[in-house]
Amino acid sequence: MDKDNNYIWTFVLLAISAFLIIVSFPGAAACGQIPKIGVENSTRNVPNTDGFIQRWLLLEPIRIKGDTQKEVQQTVKTEHFPDELTMMPKDKQKVSVNGSELIWHAVETDEYNVNLYYFADAVGSNCNNALFWAVVIVNCPQEMTNVRLAIGTNSASVWWVNGKEVIGIYGNRSTVIDDGVSKRLTLKKGSNVIRAAIINASGAADFCARFLDSKDTPLKGFTVSVGDIGK
Amino acid sequence: MKPIRFAQSSNIVKSIQLLIGFIAICNSPAIALDGPLGIHDPSTIVLCKGKYYTYGTGGSSLVSDDGWTWRLGVRPARRGLAPDIIQVGDRYYMYIAANIGRQPRAEINMIWNKTLDTNSSDFKWEEGGVVASSDGVEFCNAIDPGVFLDPTDGKLWLVYGSYFGFIRLIQLDPKTGLRINPNDKPVDIAINCEASDMIYHDGWYYLLATHGSCCRGAESGYNIRVGRSRHVTGPFIDNMGTDMIHGGGKLFLGSSGRVIGPGHFGLINLGDGIQKFSCHYEADLDRGGASVLDIRPLLWSDGWPVAGENCKAATYEIESIRTGTAIELAVEGIPVGGRPNRSMRGMFGGVEGVIPPQDVNEVSMNWPTGSVDVRMANYLCQAQQKWTIMPVTGAGGYLGSPYFKITVAGTDRPLAVGNDAELITLPAFTGSPEQLWRLDQLSDGTWRIMPKVIPNSKESLVLSAVGSSFVTLAKFDPASDKQRWLLKMP
Repeated sequence: MDKDNNYIWTFVLLAISAFLIIVSFPGAAACGQIPKIGVENSTRNVPNTDGFIQRWLLLEPIRIKGDTQKEVQQTVKTEHFPDELTMMPKDKQKVSVNGSELIWHAVETDEYNVNLYYFADAVGSNCNNALFWAVVIVNCPQEMTNVRLAIGTNSASVWWVNGKEVIGIYGNRSTVIDDGVSKRLTLKKGSNVIRAAIINASGAADFCARFLDSKDTPLKGFTVSVGDIGK
Repeated sequence: MKPIRFAQSSNIVKSIQLLIGFIAICNSPAIALDGPLGIHDPSTIVLCKGKYYTYGTGGSSLVSDDGWTWRLGVRPARRGLAPDIIQVGDRYYMYIAANIGRQPRAEINMIWNKTLDTNSSDFKWEEGGVVASSDGVEFCNAIDPGVFLDPTDGKLWLVYGSYFGFIRLIQLDPKTGLRINPNDKPVDIAINCEASDMIYHDGWYYLLATHGSCCRGAESGYNIRVGRSRHVTGPFIDNMGTDMIHGGGKLFLGSSGRVIGPGHFGLINLGDGIQKFSCHYEADLDRGGASVLDIRPLLWSDGWPVAGENCKAATYEIESIRTGTAIELAVEGIPVGGRPNRSMRGMFGGVEGVIPPQDVNEVSMNWPTGSVDVRMANYLCQAQQKWTIMPVTGAGGYLGSPYFKITVAGTDRPLAVGNDAELITLPAFTGSPEQLWRLDQLSDGTWRIMPKVIPNSKESLVLSAVGSSFVTLAKFDPASDKQRWLLKMP
């Protein structure tokens, strides 16, 4: 093959690849909805301009049923793996759930939200009747008082800050920025653990999260990390 | 005030009769405001040292500590017809008319005081002198003064007049309360009305004046009309293009319900975009047909003032303007009529007949018995989303209304403020101040909802939709939809 043919074949392969991506996830590639998995040296260690947290540790989905308030509360009170509500996962760490191995993945997004539909697909699963665990560490240079965690999820979700349940929203719902908002809380100096259980019955699933200050404007001035506390 | 055919002595007799009548209804049960409300031709309500004052024809006076419960006040030094009062700097100027012969021969005198607090050592009415008059021949009857301080330039104006002839405008000196130049010819700005007053809003001057007949009890045709102008001197044109100098005037407030003959508009500007107005009704049918004071919200629609309504006791959906979601008890809702059974009539067939309202006694069986959070959700006609708003007797109030309790409909579970300044519901209403609520109708007809107190705080906070599904308390921002609420009948 001469040089010109190489160019032609390269172009054809790229075109086929792009076509397959578009067919697989129409619109997703273009709008950045496919979360990036296993990114090393992430630059998403501070909230974006609107305050949204763009790095998370996500566990591959656990099969559950039901998104009503009662069902969701029952789900999050059921231990699917040891120390479910307290463990600090690391990237690629495995946990055993009902005899299956599920893996924690460090994920980042270019968007305000994290798309769980594409995440599930990327890890060879799906997001129907699924429980997604999400964890991130918020590192504060000083104590931050009178702030609120503000989230949106598709669908139901329960959220904890430093082990305390602060938000629960239930039922079949779409992600709306600042849908669920916590009462006023204090982020301590140093590491604060944000944990979420997002429950989806069927169809699309995603979430977004940020903190609001006492004036309900996006909180800045902290970093986010995944993995060991304090790192 | 329309006593054009009465001599001065007749007016005095009538004033005495009115006063006797007012005293007789002192202890009547309150429908609107509380206490003795008897007054005719009330002045604009003014605030002095935390108390509200208004003055009426014949030396009548009402005082209130909170704007809800009123009591008889002390008569001013002059006891004429339909006074109006304004605070300018450290002085209160009162303008009060008197017939000085057979009507329409009349004059308007000014008296002033440094305070309206009769217990103050500064309390002393000083005579200012005559600021306007009519000689009995000219086409004007110099009564019913309405004083207006232009917020755009600080100029002070007085409108006056009654059914004999024109409503006139003269300029006053804010430093003295007297006419700037007594030789200036008054400007004729309206006709065939009385009890005029002027306000400014968003680039327009509004002349509010009362049409119809007064002083006939339940037969009085009093109604408040309005025209507007880009200039303080007019012309004041109504919504149909008719000049008030030709008898025009858009209806602002007429008789309705159990009250007949509203007149004598007076603006109460509370700031933060919250305005109210005072008036009297010629006859309150629930108070024996007596003339009484009322205070109501002032709204604005398409550049025109609209008379709002104080909150009425009822069961409501409380819906956020910001999010469109409704406040609910944070419990799992049950679909009205039960979860759909699609096997019987298909996906969209519903069930046979009418689905009755949800019975709170049934669905609340599984609700927690202690304190329960509140949140917001799409309104689905469910029991935990309906709130009964009721006035609380003996709990005091605010301008125009008593404090209310807000309970989950059909229960005694009140909305309250917790020690963390967040909202909560309690097992039962006890009457404590953090369970009492003030509801002010805003200029667009929505509502601001404010607790009487915040525990451990002196802050004034209002219900605020911080998120689609969460409601909290925050400082009022008149420019935001976060703190605007609809009260919808479920």
